[in-house]
Amino acid sequence: MHTLISQFWQLTFSGTVQGFIYVLISLGYTMVYGVLRMINFANSEIFMIGTFATVVITRDVLGHQANGADLHGFTLLYTMLLCLLGSMLASGLTAMLVELVAYRRLRSRGTNRLAPLISAIGMSIVLSESVSLMTAGRAVPAPEVLHKSSLFTVLGANIRIDQLLVFIVAPLMFLFLQRFVNHTRLGKGIRAVSMNEETAKLMGINLNRVISITFLIGGLMTGAAAFFFETIYEATKYNIGFNIGIAAFTAAVLGGIGNIRGAFIGGLMLGLLETYASAVLGSQWKAITVFLVLVIVLLFRPNGLFGEAVQQTRV
Amino acid sequence: MSMSKFGDFNLRDKGANLWAGWDRPRRVVFVLATIAVVASLPFSGNFSFTNILNTPISSFQDVLVYPVGMFVLMALGLNIVVGKSGMLDLGYVAFFAIGAYTMGILGKHTHLNTWEILPIGMGLAMFAGVLLGIPTLRLRGDYLAIVTMGFGEIIRITALNTQKIGGPNGIANIPNPPSLKVPGVGVLDFNIMTPNSFFWLVLVLILLTIWMIRRLSARRPGRAWEAIRQDEDAAELMGVPTLKYKIWSFVLGAGVGGAAGVVYASKALFISPDGFTFNISVLILSCVVFGGIGNIWGVVLGGVVLAYLPERIRFISNARQLVFGLVLILVMNFRPDGILPRKKREKAPKAASESGVK
Repeated sequence: MHTLISQFWQLTFSGTVQGFIYVLISLGYTMVYGVLRMINFANSEIFMIGTFATVVITRDVLGHQANGADLHGFTLLYTMLLCLLGSMLASGLTAMLVELVAYRRLRSRGTNRLAPLISAIGMSIVLSESVSLMTAGRAVPAPEVLHKSSLFTVLGANIRIDQLLVFIVAPLMFLFLQRFVNHTRLGKGIRAVSMNEETAKLMGINLNRVISITFLIGGLMTGAAAFFFETIYEATKYNIGFNIGIAAFTAAVLGGIGNIRGAFIGGLMLGLLETYASAVLGSQWKAITVFLVLVIVLLFRPNGLFGEAVQQTRV
Repeated sequence: MSMSKFGDFNLRDKGANLWAGWDRPRRVVFVLATIAVVASLPFSGNFSFTNILNTPISSFQDVLVYPVGMFVLMALGLNIVVGKSGMLDLGYVAFFAIGAYTMGILGKHTHLNTWEILPIGMGLAMFAGVLLGIPTLRLRGDYLAIVTMGFGEIIRITALNTQKIGGPNGIANIPNPPSLKVPGVGVLDFNIMTPNSFFWLVLVLILLTIWMIRRLSARRPGRAWEAIRQDEDAAELMGVPTLKYKIWSFVLGAGVGGAAGVVYASKALFISPDGFTFNISVLILSCVVFGGIGNIWGVVLGGVVLAYLPERIRFISNARQLVFGLVLILVMNFRPDGILPRKKREKAPKAASESGVK
């Protein structure tokens, strides 16, 4: 308890940063859930592919060493941009592949809802095991792209540059996504499919295309989260998506799955809650705290904090 | 629903028709013969025409107990929850863990033996089922899924962080069950040299579970579960006490999981939180859906295939999980209702299947 009070602002800041990463990943769950009413079980592996894309781009494409010199100026800028875009693209394409392999055929045949869940689990096993074979199951260190220097102190909280980057860019990406869904033609299509698939089809919406694009967008956001994660933690492994995927899914449910604004609040709450709980109870109990809070929230609001039925902001 | 060229072929209906045409003595003979064949499986390695079943690396007799027998037993238990009443449970491993830890703790610190602990383990698992069920079974669909998943993780993390029950090191030197006198057969010893006795024990548990499910399915609870699965609101309006029957299916499933846990712990002699991860829940759910959700024989087949396959192809050790994933994708895509689907007339109408698992 003492740690929580003495380092409150520090914890709040790093919790918020962690929360923003969860927000982006939980969008991968919530967008897909919005249109398909199905859990995208492979999203944790989509995240994992993104982290590896970041490593491959910095290490193999741009040739930075794990212990090399710090990057500065223009080199730093284009490295980061390339990593971000590459990671987003890799995750986005993986997500489209998941949709094609695991969901499309089953969806068009209108089968029971558990069949796509299992084929998505199969896809997730295939992805993580392929990477495990390629990396011999070992953790892979990522070259340091951004030197972790402390910029300034606010209210006793050290603001590190990598965390500040997430703190600024992640909410911008979220706002961009929300504008996209609410104000573009394609976004309208996505919302229409989420409200009623059959009617949307009658209105001339190409269902396969909209669903494919929804997966792509979810994957892009998850990929961005993977890049931010790598910038902060600088290592990855074939099973890295598992825990963070569960946490992000919890965040999506906490806010009300299928609801974009809910994913934002849910992710933020989860990040803060985890950080506070680690400070008070020790980090080994943070997962339990999170799940207990989730159960309590669901007891009083069975559809999550913001509910599923916010049609305006719902995917 | 138009299916692929083979999609309409339903082995289960063929089998059911055959069964319906038989008289009682023929059924009894068939059942006894099947049980005899299954019970003699551990000896299949001795004959040249059946030793293709043998698993490389791990001993076939051990594989028959864990994972094959255990997975079939747990898949049957989970099938009561997921298949019969249509609730998605992603934390089934919790009940398995509760059973195993009950055996571990009581077996080491008290003088109770496995047979006395078995009902205690089942009882505790069922009690946990009630504790979890009462607040959460009002939730629907994926909300229930994540809460059960969380419950599974809570049990594992608590075991991991409680030093009194070994923490990450788990519990070692759990006693084997004492010998059992079986009239007409002799004395069955239970120790590391006699995996066959464990296999027969698991087989008895599986048969009891199948018997229980078949009894219940034909009676009031079975009809209530079927109504809940097809349309929960309609069932409630028709006067089915849905919450009560949902909790019952949850508790029965938990009891089976607890029994599996007790037997597992007294066979394995050592348990640790690593053996009770989320992956086990996912695997068992895969067995249920892969084999044919809601159909006992499909679930048994799914459990056998998915538990046996990775052991059989252990010689490609690195890639076996990859093959496992590919099999899941392919089978679900070409037979989405599982290898042996449930009877057509039991299938939910389209409107209900769209709103899906409640």
